[in-house]
Amino acid sequence: MIAELGQYALMLAFGLALIQGTMPIVGTRTNDAALMSIATPAALAQFAFVAIAFGALAECYVASDFSVLNVYENSNSQMPLIYRLTSVWGNHEGSMMLWISILAFFGALVAVFGSNLPAKLKANALAVQAWIAAAFELFILTTSNPFVRIAEAPFEGRDLNPILQDPGLAFHPPLLYLGYVGFSITFSFAIAALLEGRIDAAWARWVRPWVLGAWMCLTLGIAGGSYWAYYELGWGGFWFWDPVENASLMPWLAGTALLHSAVVMEKREALKVWTILLAILAFSLSLIGTFLVRSGVLTSVHAFATDPRRGIFILAILIVFIGGALALYAWRAPLLKQGGLFAPISREGALVFNNLFLVTACATVFVGTLYPLALEALTGDKISVGPPFFNATFGPLFIPLMMVMPFGPLMGWKRGDLLGAAQRLLVAAIIAVVAVAGAFAVTHGGPVLAPFGVGVAVFVMAGAVTDIVERTMVLRLPLGATLRRALGLPRSAWGTAFAHFGIGVTLLGIIGVTAWGSERLAEVKPGGSLDIAHYRLTFDGLFNRTGPNYKDVVGHFTVHRASGELIGAMEPSRRTFPARQMATTEAALMTRGVSQIYLSLGDPNKDGSVAVRLYFKPYVLLIWIGAMFMFFGGALSLSDRRLRVGAPRPAKAKAAQSKPALQAAE
Amino acid sequence: MNAMRYLHALVFLIALLAGMPSWAVQPDEVLSDPTLEARARAISKELRCMVCQNESIDDSEAPLAHDLRVLVRERLKVGDTDDQIIHFLVSRYGEFVLLRPPLSWHTVALWGAAPAILLFGIVTIVVVERRRAAVGSRAPSGNLTAAEQARLAEILRGGAETSG
Repeated sequence: MIAELGQYALMLAFGLALIQGTMPIVGTRTNDAALMSIATPAALAQFAFVAIAFGALAECYVASDFSVLNVYENSNSQMPLIYRLTSVWGNHEGSMMLWISILAFFGALVAVFGSNLPAKLKANALAVQAWIAAAFELFILTTSNPFVRIAEAPFEGRDLNPILQDPGLAFHPPLLYLGYVGFSITFSFAIAALLEGRIDAAWARWVRPWVLGAWMCLTLGIAGGSYWAYYELGWGGFWFWDPVENASLMPWLAGTALLHSAVVMEKREALKVWTILLAILAFSLSLIGTFLVRSGVLTSVHAFATDPRRGIFILAILIVFIGGALALYAWRAPLLKQGGLFAPISREGALVFNNLFLVTACATVFVGTLYPLALEALTGDKISVGPPFFNATFGPLFIPLMMVMPFGPLMGWKRGDLLGAAQRLLVAAIIAVVAVAGAFAVTHGGPVLAPFGVGVAVFVMAGAVTDIVERTMVLRLPLGATLRRALGLPRSAWGTAFAHFGIGVTLLGIIGVTAWGSERLAEVKPGGSLDIAHYRLTFDGLFNRTGPNYKDVVGHFTVHRASGELIGAMEPSRRTFPARQMATTEAALMTRGVSQIYLSLGDPNKDGSVAVRLYFKPYVLLIWIGAMFMFFGGALSLSDRRLRVGAPRPAKAKAAQSKPALQAAE
Repeated sequence: MNAMRYLHALVFLIALLAGMPSWAVQPDEVLSDPTLEARARAISKELRCMVCQNESIDDSEAPLAHDLRVLVRERLKVGDTDDQIIHFLVSRYGEFVLLRPPLSWHTVALWGAAPAILLFGIVTIVVVERRRAAVGSRAPSGNLTAAEQARLAEILRGGAETSG
């Protein structure tokens, strides 16, 4: 009954999306306010029905209703509640349900909080949202229906893939989807602007919170996925350049570029046409990401060809939305007027540089990910494009970007002072050089370039601090005045500094762990010990442990410092899941500062000895701490926007009033 | 020696069938000479495990990857150079085995993409910049008539007063 209710609600949502996608557009063409205003209640009702459908599916999972095929295939009544709930989106059909739920939720947010939007822009944007929703709802109903029943209900479900039985599943996909789908809003606004044929700085102001929010979620989602892979896969890799990962990295890169170009558009009315294109690209890449992960095309071109229904449908969605958007762009973008002029050396110039390199990096990932597929489809030649390729092409693009990054915020709008900025960054540069020298002195082994990488990371971090120091005039003014200035700084300035600082932190972590990490592979007998870095691990023996739906063989290791001081115990395990006859490696992690000791267990031998992989991962946590900084910076910036949207403060009112007057005079 | 290898393969196969994941590099694969082992690891990271999805033989748990790791190490012990080993594997398995595709006629677009896009971007920016600068200089703001200048000054003053 619940499942049928869910399916019915989904059908109704589809119907509502069709109404929401057509009537308001007709309204904007005929200047019919009543038709335009349909968009708001339609968006809310559509969200309500999608939420009912999603809730129905979740209820089937929580109640372990194995008469529903999707629940039977992906759940098990022995699983803890949290995993029964998260397994809703641990499979294709459910993850698509999550996708449209977030889409409808965002649509409802625009409907509720968009009361200060111009009526036409709002109507058009909500209509475009509805097209996307309708396409995906139809996709679910026709090819990926999660509510299909089994005639004779089995007693027990087949369990969720053990690798997914992890708290990571609770956060990673929802955050990624919040990011992907968040870009659908900027996409809808971009299409709405193109439909209307006009765009101004206010557009950027409405869109920026969405870009920021989506970017923040995507940042955290990617970082979370990376940490999940790090501890779950048992050998401590944090980034694999896997197509699935690349699928999330591409929208992030395009979104980061969009975030920066939207600033230029908002502040200076420049780069409008480009910003619109980026908004289209960011969501297009999100769609492509969904396609890559969901269509089966990655496993092999042939797998895609043998069961192409889903793939073809998503491919059609891609062609219609991306192709349509780009065609509309080519047709309408020339109508948009370009805004303010700027010198090449200026804040705008720095942001153009940022966009150039981010977009090139994004395109490189795109080509690298899709090239093997395209080549095989066209010529039948099979080649592999793996981590060595991406490291060789991505690095050289990102290093210049990092070197220039600290200069950006120190440049003035319109015309910047490169020499002045360089002078102000002198201290940061000196700190960076000292860091390079220090890295050479302290470390031994590792790639020769690594200390220089440390220098770049430190330069980025020190550069971000310099920005704040310059703005608050630390040391040049009394402490009280500095603090007052610090409090008076716009939160977006703090946001920029935090996010840029975070990039440096992440880079430092990546360099630290790849250049100076160490590894031991060995068999140990009970009582035997292993040394790594300045730690000694002693193997005490194996014991068994039983979980709700799994069995553990746990190895107990005592960890001492080289000096002999006891610092704790580590318990890696081999986990067997009887329902699927699968096993996972549960690594044990011990955090030492920002570094980690990483221990995973192989199969135990008859004589009680066991093979282990032991790693020391120096600075590894910085990778994800950096992402936290980026997220926090985004949040600060977002809180700033919220205050200013719609209601300029008195200080801003002045600028806002004099600007239109100037334009009128021109 | 050979019998041992088959035994190993069998153990791996059983482990695989039982759904027990094994691991990437095994302790018993590791060479005693650390320089040779380091070279083996570096080579392994460049080679694809052909039965896996996008995994190097260094990371993969598949039996094939195990065999290839052992093969790489055997060739190293015999004294082959890194290039010889990679050539040998390419002649046996084709270019598909390389995670870093070599530059050839069908990978030109792959390797050329990044520089080409960067170059295209730079040229576009320069051209757009030039064109806009040209448009800007043709209609400089100094071309306002005296009356317009006065009106502008008045508006500016007025704007400042109302908000100040």
